[in-house]
Amino acid sequence: MDYAAGSPLDKRVLKEMIPYFAEQFGNPSSPHSFGQMAKNAIEVSRSRIADSINAKDSDDLVFTSGGTESNNLAIRGITTRHKEKGNHIITSAIEHMSVINTCKSLMRQGFEVTFLPVDNHGFVKIEELENSITKKTILITIMYANGEIGTIQPAEEIGKVAQENEIFFHVDAIASAGKIQIDVSENFIDLLSISSNDIYGPKGVGALYINKEARIQPIIYGGGQEKGLRSGSENVPSIVGMGKAMEIAKAELKEEGARLTKFRDKLIDGVTSTIKRTYLNGHPKKRLPNNANIGFDYIEGESLILSLDAIGVQVSSGSACTSKTLEPSHVLRAIGLPHEKAHGSLLFTLGRFSKENDIEIVLSKLPNIVKRLRSMSPLTPKEIPEGVK
Amino acid sequence: MYSKKVMDHFMNPRNVGELKDADGVGTVGNPVCGDLMTMYIKVKDDKLTDIKFKTFGCGAAIATSSMVTEMAKGKTLEEAKKITRQDVADSLDGLPPPKMHCSNLAADALNAAIKDYLSKKKK
Repeated sequence: MDYAAGSPLDKRVLKEMIPYFAEQFGNPSSPHSFGQMAKNAIEVSRSRIADSINAKDSDDLVFTSGGTESNNLAIRGITTRHKEKGNHIITSAIEHMSVINTCKSLMRQGFEVTFLPVDNHGFVKIEELENSITKKTILITIMYANGEIGTIQPAEEIGKVAQENEIFFHVDAIASAGKIQIDVSENFIDLLSISSNDIYGPKGVGALYINKEARIQPIIYGGGQEKGLRSGSENVPSIVGMGKAMEIAKAELKEEGARLTKFRDKLIDGVTSTIKRTYLNGHPKKRLPNNANIGFDYIEGESLILSLDAIGVQVSSGSACTSKTLEPSHVLRAIGLPHEKAHGSLLFTLGRFSKENDIEIVLSKLPNIVKRLRSMSPLTPKEIPEGVK
Repeated sequence: MYSKKVMDHFMNPRNVGELKDADGVGTVGNPVCGDLMTMYIKVKDDKLTDIKFKTFGCGAAIATSSMVTEMAKGKTLEEAKKITRQDVADSLDGLPPPKMHCSNLAADALNAAIKDYLSKKKK
């Protein structure tokens, strides 16, 4: 149950990719027939992706090496291109590190960045967003949904604020693409990042939607591929795979969303009702259908991960012990959890190959795992009080 | 990530619990950092006759706690005081580098318990 770290390649995607590794190896820049076949394949993929995010023109999509590059290209590309208009960026405290660290690097180059706080559920407050706008604000970059706590932001309201104030709006949709319906046209989105490996596509490919009005400066220069916005020979098999992956995700979105929501709620309700001092992180309803982030008092996340791994269930945690920086998750800290509670969180992410039985295994085994770890913890009181938080 | 020995001591920790009539108690770490351990010792004729621990923390924190109790039980206080963090890690066939600092607190907790015993004895 750790689809957030990466999803397996769907076999239907693989089948579509295979010819482009050896048989159809043409370079899309070549005018001969091999080149043109590769070019056509890329354009089919571009249209499939445009269609799945309701982009009016598939020319508005640029392929990149993945979600991190898409976020870098969007934020750096739009702000450096339009820096004469202003140097202020608004983002939130719970963005992905590829957004936060790009913003921080721009701060060292003279940009000012507002990191909006979020409420206990992880929502950006529209009023605070409006209050933080200055004459120098050129970009609002806020994610569609958070991959860690699942919270879905009010993208349409944020988009309206951006539009009314003539500010570019970038959305990191990496955690949400293929899971919930994304609509760049309805939500006034100028730039939108998506990645392939989160939607059962191949790793190492992503895309950035760039509305025609929002011109950007490239960050990678070379032979001028992707309309000069992303030079370098196209990764044809992966681009083909991403297009197929998006097409499948769109076709199955409704049914799959309903199926996973049912599992998600069964997991959340089951754990929080049978184990004392556990609580849901994020909003109960406005959350990604595949995301359950649950906190456990008195114990630490990595010891829970190892215990679940021993029974064949893989999960993730916001604990410092599982991060490279040895700091607990910035997202959990931003929604107001103290360090010790952030250490005790577990992130279950469900996916295409999750079954109801997986949930039942967790629900039957987790109480004893928690009991064992709590019996070892000096923080566990003699009598565990009722209730949460 | 972890050696088989670490996983064994994590899944089947030795000497977990409290000693109600402990002669010395030592607590190190901090829940804010993600690791907190308490060691309880019983001492007779300058020898550690019993040790128990309680730990909040990751796999390494629990495994090092368990390992240090096994290493120290039956030893004299002088011998037990000489057990270092490195000795504990070596006995577990090593720890991942980031865990050497943050979660390898068991030798410190044992030392804190011995110190507590010695200070009580003075009085």
